Amino acid sequence: MRKVELFMKEKGIEIGDYVEVVEKENGTRVIHRGLVMPPYELSKGETLTVKLDNGYNVGILIDQIVEVRIIEKAKPREEVSFKEVLPKKPGLPNVTIIGTGGTIASKIDYKTGAVHAAFTAEELAKAVPEIFEIANITPRVLFNIMSEDMKPEYWKKMAHEVAKALNSGEDGVIIGHGTDTMGYSAAALSFMLRELEKPVIFVGSQRSSDRPSSDAAMNLICSTRMAVEDFGEVAVVMHGETSDTYCLAHRGTKVRKMHTSRRDAFRSINDVPIAKIWYDGRVEYLREDYRKRGESEVWVDDKLEERVALIKVYPGMNGEIIDFLVDKGYKGIVIEGTGLGHTPNKIIPTIERAVEEGIAVCMTSQCLYGRVNLNVYSTGRKLLKAGVIPCEDMLPETAYVKLIWVLGKTQNLEEVRKMMLTNYAGEITPYTRFDTYLR
Amino acid sequence: MELDYKALGLKVGLEIHRQLDTKKLFSPVPSELHEEVDFTFERRLRPTMSELGEIDQAALEEFKKGRVFVYEGNYKYSDLVYMDEEPPHLPDEEALKVALQITYLLNAIPVDEVHFMRKIVIDGSNVSGFQRTAIVGMNGKVDTPWGSVGIPTICLEEDACRIIEQGDRRAIYRLDRLGIPLIEIATTPDIHHPEQAKVVAKFIGDALRATRKVKRGLGTIRQDLNVSIKGGARIEIKGVQELDMIPIIIEREVQRQLNLLRIKEELEKRGAKEEELKEEFYDVTDIFSNTGSKIIARALKKGSKVLAIKLPKFRGLIGFEIQPGRRLGTEMADRAKKYVKGIFHIDELPNYGITQEEVDKVIEKLNLGELDAFVLVAAEEDIAKKALREVLQRAKEAIRGVPEETRRALPDGNTQYMRPLPGKARMYPETDIPPIFISEELKREILENLPEYPQARVERYVKEYGIDKSLAQTLVDDEKDELFEELIAMGVKPSLAASILVVVLKGLKKEVPIENITEEHIKDAFKLFLNNRVAKEAFEEIFKELALHPEKTPLQVAEEKGLTLLSEEEVEKIVEKVVRENIDVVKARGMGAMGMLMGRAMAKLRGKADGKLVSQLVRKKIQEFSS
Repeated sequence: MRKVELFMKEKGIEIGDYVEVVEKENGTRVIHRGLVMPPYELSKGETLTVKLDNGYNVGILIDQIVEVRIIEKAKPREEVSFKEVLPKKPGLPNVTIIGTGGTIASKIDYKTGAVHAAFTAEELAKAVPEIFEIANITPRVLFNIMSEDMKPEYWKKMAHEVAKALNSGEDGVIIGHGTDTMGYSAAALSFMLRELEKPVIFVGSQRSSDRPSSDAAMNLICSTRMAVEDFGEVAVVMHGETSDTYCLAHRGTKVRKMHTSRRDAFRSINDVPIAKIWYDGRVEYLREDYRKRGESEVWVDDKLEERVALIKVYPGMNGEIIDFLVDKGYKGIVIEGTGLGHTPNKIIPTIERAVEEGIAVCMTSQCLYGRVNLNVYSTGRKLLKAGVIPCEDMLPETAYVKLIWVLGKTQNLEEVRKMMLTNYAGEITPYTRFDTYLR
Repeated sequence: MELDYKALGLKVGLEIHRQLDTKKLFSPVPSELHEEVDFTFERRLRPTMSELGEIDQAALEEFKKGRVFVYEGNYKYSDLVYMDEEPPHLPDEEALKVALQITYLLNAIPVDEVHFMRKIVIDGSNVSGFQRTAIVGMNGKVDTPWGSVGIPTICLEEDACRIIEQGDRRAIYRLDRLGIPLIEIATTPDIHHPEQAKVVAKFIGDALRATRKVKRGLGTIRQDLNVSIKGGARIEIKGVQELDMIPIIIEREVQRQLNLLRIKEELEKRGAKEEELKEEFYDVTDIFSNTGSKIIARALKKGSKVLAIKLPKFRGLIGFEIQPGRRLGTEMADRAKKYVKGIFHIDELPNYGITQEEVDKVIEKLNLGELDAFVLVAAEEDIAKKALREVLQRAKEAIRGVPEETRRALPDGNTQYMRPLPGKARMYPETDIPPIFISEELKREILENLPEYPQARVERYVKEYGIDKSLAQTLVDDEKDELFEELIAMGVKPSLAASILVVVLKGLKKEVPIENITEEHIKDAFKLFLNNRVAKEAFEEIFKELALHPEKTPLQVAEEKGLTLLSEEEVEKIVEKVVRENIDVVKARGMGAMGMLMGRAMAKLRGKADGKLVSQLVRKKIQEFSS
């Protein structure tokens, strides 16, 4: 326990108590009055945080506190309950929003400063009323995970939840997701949801939803519009530019988070986005070759092989890493090679060994943009000879997810190759358009 | 005769915001304003929800109107943090140190740990919808001859965007000012005399200037006053620019509140009631169909109507002067200004082209009693009604007494309605920034290196540079001291620098807008002088021209006006010519002709030659021609 916790225990102080604290600094007595706040997670714990009457927080050095007096104990929090579901409006389509983490809407407790997720229908209707004009919204919290902690077993849960909703009559599904790994999850569901003919829209927010400038609300509104469109694929919908003008719907297998913090971080790589969704409601399709809405029942192909690694090639790389993966029993390795899909020649023998041991080795490029081609240079040809599967213009992250999905069905390298090179969900474009670079 | 402020229960609080001359608070972007716009983007700011599920209704209504905020940026001076596209970096260390210095200079105590908060602001002036602010110092005080005044908080916060254009559907802001660190110093309302406020403001101003890290110039300082008297209301007065105006503004505000209370009393005596102020709009357009009032005639031509409302018991009170040149009617007009350019009321008529006959007809139509009044506007019907509703509202407030509001300081010392008093802004912790522990070492470092107080600087200037004390005082008081020292560092003689900065520049104040003369202008002009391109006599003319045309450079002006110095040979030639032209006087009086000849020579050479040189040459020529 840190000093602050010990101090609070000793004095019988709890979070939310209204206290008067007297500290002595260089002989001067200073009196503070306010509410006791939770100590900051990562601090050394030497200070007591108090919210003064003027609303500001200050930290008071515990060693300098000479008196403390509880004026009023913390009042039990006013429990406000919100309606989970709201009555449906006839004539509107039905959309389920599945929460997996990543807050779409927040509420702020101005008393303590805490920010909490706002996820009941009633709260969403207050925070983003516009979506209730577009569809009857049913929110459902599946789990609450920071997306950096996502894993294949959660993709399975997500896919089943989506299928359940769509097959029970929902017209579309929106999935609220943290932005860090949203691209991976979107790719995963693109492969796992078979015979999908309704929209499955992934949405998140780059700027926290408790701030007035958050991209969350507009992203959610545009996602809802896309979720009721004549469209039947998995897509990611996020801001298209820094202005609050339009969002872009990106095919789930071709989208990547390209910036740590900008609203328009998500870009389609090697492909044209599916549509622009304007704030005023217009949906402007940017291509014609997308799957349209249909009546087929979606089913989940959730056989996954999790022991796959994604590794990046770099100068001076030692082949030990590949050996390590082989020895540890990995079934597949996706390599982010340099340029057209190369590795240092030195490690090619270890790759050969991996393939001999029956491990699927796939090649993508750390350039992200462009198509892999192992025929052009000798290194590439050696890699081909070693048995590497070149992954066309697939994103490394998408190839990683796809390999997990393919290896779940077969570990026969011939079949794996065939499946990796078959276009299931738009992850491979047969030829590259000029206008797909840095857009 | 001075009012007994104590008996009146005068309470004044001061709030000063000053920009710091450091990098921006949460990103090391230069704190410079720019006029070149490289890019723009647009955003909407959505009101946030509280834990209880409450959304500020007024804010939500505003948001639903679909207002868009456009932001103007510049590639060199904008960054992602201040576009709300990147989390904030740790706060600028220098800014924090300055805040700590000021804390000590104001006899306050630094907090042990600084916690930054987010203060919600959704008028668009902050891109993220909140302003980051933290308390750095507490419990300071200022001693004055009237007693001590407390300084409860010293805060470090971000400045907001500059408003470029304000409209119904959208507002345009410039990002350059966003993020510039501000020190906010607030006093307790323990100021009980107008002059005391000036003393407190000066003390705080001196402490800020002592750090030498505050920005100088227009827009870098904002002074607000909170003024109330017993029975009156707390009025927030924003934008008090000059120290000397502080007591005047307070006196005028006290006057205003007292007069409003007199109006209230009179209304009470007359039995005026708020319920009697009804939203009944009388269409009096016909009465003015042939009016001589240009304003009304013009409006009618456009198809507007003339609507009037009845203000029972208000006769003579609308025209009652509450501040020199301002009446209750002026306050009503200010409220209605949102919708119409102006209003007409019975107390000021007949006038402005409106005849007594027309007035009588309105009185008849509205069935006004002797003590009743009317207000009328000419505008499109809907707008006229909105404007008159504002007037009714202000009339109701007049019955109640003094309305609490935020007012704007005017150059003459009066104030004008700006907006309703803001509610308490909502704040919650800025969780992207960890709390900042203020260590003993840091405190010691600051304490041991506290900067020189302005008064000490005045003494130093007298001692070190040998300039006149009053010159030194003015240099420091007018915040020209840093410029003064920079000029000396450039090689200018202290006495010359002081005299130009204080005497010459101030002397031009009445003739030209000297605030247009920048420090760059002054330094460049002195550079010309140091390079013997101009004489010191040229300064006055150069600065006069720069004040009128600040886009020019001192060199341009010097060349345009022929103020560049002539070479010694050229000067000698002219002096010789002057002497030859007046050879008789020279022969007659010899050195006695000096005065006259100097006069003639300087008439030709003023600004083009150094007076001393001319004097030398005249003397030489007289000697030459005398012998």
